[in-house]
Amino acid sequence: MGDSQYSFSLTTFSPSGKLVQIEHALTAVGSGQTSLGIKAANGVVIATEKKLPSILVDESSVQKMQTLTPNIGVVYSGMGPDFRVLVRKSRKQAEQYHRLYKEPIPVTQLVRETAAVMQEFTQSGGVRPFGVSLLVAGFDDKGPQLYQVDPSGSYFSWKASAMGKNVSNAKTFLEKRYTDDMELDDAVHTAILTLKEGFEGQISSKNIEIGIIGADKKFRVLSPAEIDDYLAEVE
Amino acid sequence: MSIFEYNGSALVAMVGKNCFAIGSDRRLGVQLQTIATDFQRISKIHDKLFIGLSGLGTDAQTLYQRLVFRHKLYQLREERDMKPETFASLVSAILYEKRFGPYFCQPVIAGLGDEDKPFICTMDSIGAKELAKDFVVAGTASESLYGACESMFRPDMEPEELFETLSQALLSSVDRDCLSGWGGHVYLVTPTEVKERILKGRMD
Repeated sequence: MGDSQYSFSLTTFSPSGKLVQIEHALTAVGSGQTSLGIKAANGVVIATEKKLPSILVDESSVQKMQTLTPNIGVVYSGMGPDFRVLVRKSRKQAEQYHRLYKEPIPVTQLVRETAAVMQEFTQSGGVRPFGVSLLVAGFDDKGPQLYQVDPSGSYFSWKASAMGKNVSNAKTFLEKRYTDDMELDDAVHTAILTLKEGFEGQISSKNIEIGIIGADKKFRVLSPAEIDDYLAEVE
Repeated sequence: MSIFEYNGSALVAMVGKNCFAIGSDRRLGVQLQTIATDFQRISKIHDKLFIGLSGLGTDAQTLYQRLVFRHKLYQLREERDMKPETFASLVSAILYEKRFGPYFCQPVIAGLGDEDKPFICTMDSIGAKELAKDFVVAGTASESLYGACESMFRPDMEPEELFETLSQALLSSVDRDCLSGWGGHVYLVTPTEVKERILKGRMD
């Protein structure tokens, strides 16, 4: 593969016009745990698998879904530590915006600034790209929004999307099931069914995480009890 | 002699029924000498947001340029105009950045916010915001302006009445201040239009 000669330096293009490190970063994302998001008419739901390496791990201490601002939440596929760095930076940017304008940051602005950070790491010396793709769910004056941000720094707005191990099956499933006038509760059911599709083992409230944001504009991660209720409805 | 009194200025903004008016004097002086009688103290940020800057003339001009710069970038990024409350927070932050070497200006901000609700505020030269429901004043004639506004203001005035009230308050106050005057410049803003009028006062 002629490209491999050019994969040592991040800042060098390969002859085929690719930045090979970014391709590798996307591979790292693709082997991460599945996560997905669905934009409903009155809110957004994001969900992820939470497979822990051993039964000895205290699963209540692990939280993959994070709040960036009271009305914006985020989940990832890929490398957990890289995700934590991005969450920290995004939260700081959101607070800086608020300090300047005394207004909550619009979802598009936060996504754009986070994507700019990720892009910086594809064009600076001595650093590597982030090994995560983010799904950002938010509700502001423009309504519910769902964005995906890739290691390259490109971002897309989605009606429904998936990332990680089971991405192609999950996306096909979502394409079939998605409707524009879905309510938030329906979207949660669809999210659970989509996760179930590619799930290895028995799905339960202990090995998935679901976050929702509705018209109240407050992002929250569902408790295991609430997830159990939704799982019971889906059965 | 205070640096705030070097050029002389008078600014006032008043809230009416679904409208606001903002007015200033037109004198630019260098202490006792008048050098211009058409100095622009009030500037438009967008159709429903105006800012008047009293105090040192050079700082007023530079600060205005910086604010227009910030607002234009905001418009490009966010694809919308800034709300008056947001703009006031921005001005406050920009002024406080220069806390230990400030702009010698006192802004008066007036705009129509969400659902065309009138918004006015003023702040000191380092960004301490002062919101008001009725009127705000600034400049060398501020003490006279406070008195005139307090006695002449009534809530929920119609646009034409508001204009009359503000003009009378402005002209009578600058007559008691030697550093401001030489006419008046009033903007009357309603949700549908902006009326700009020059007032003829005592030219001294």
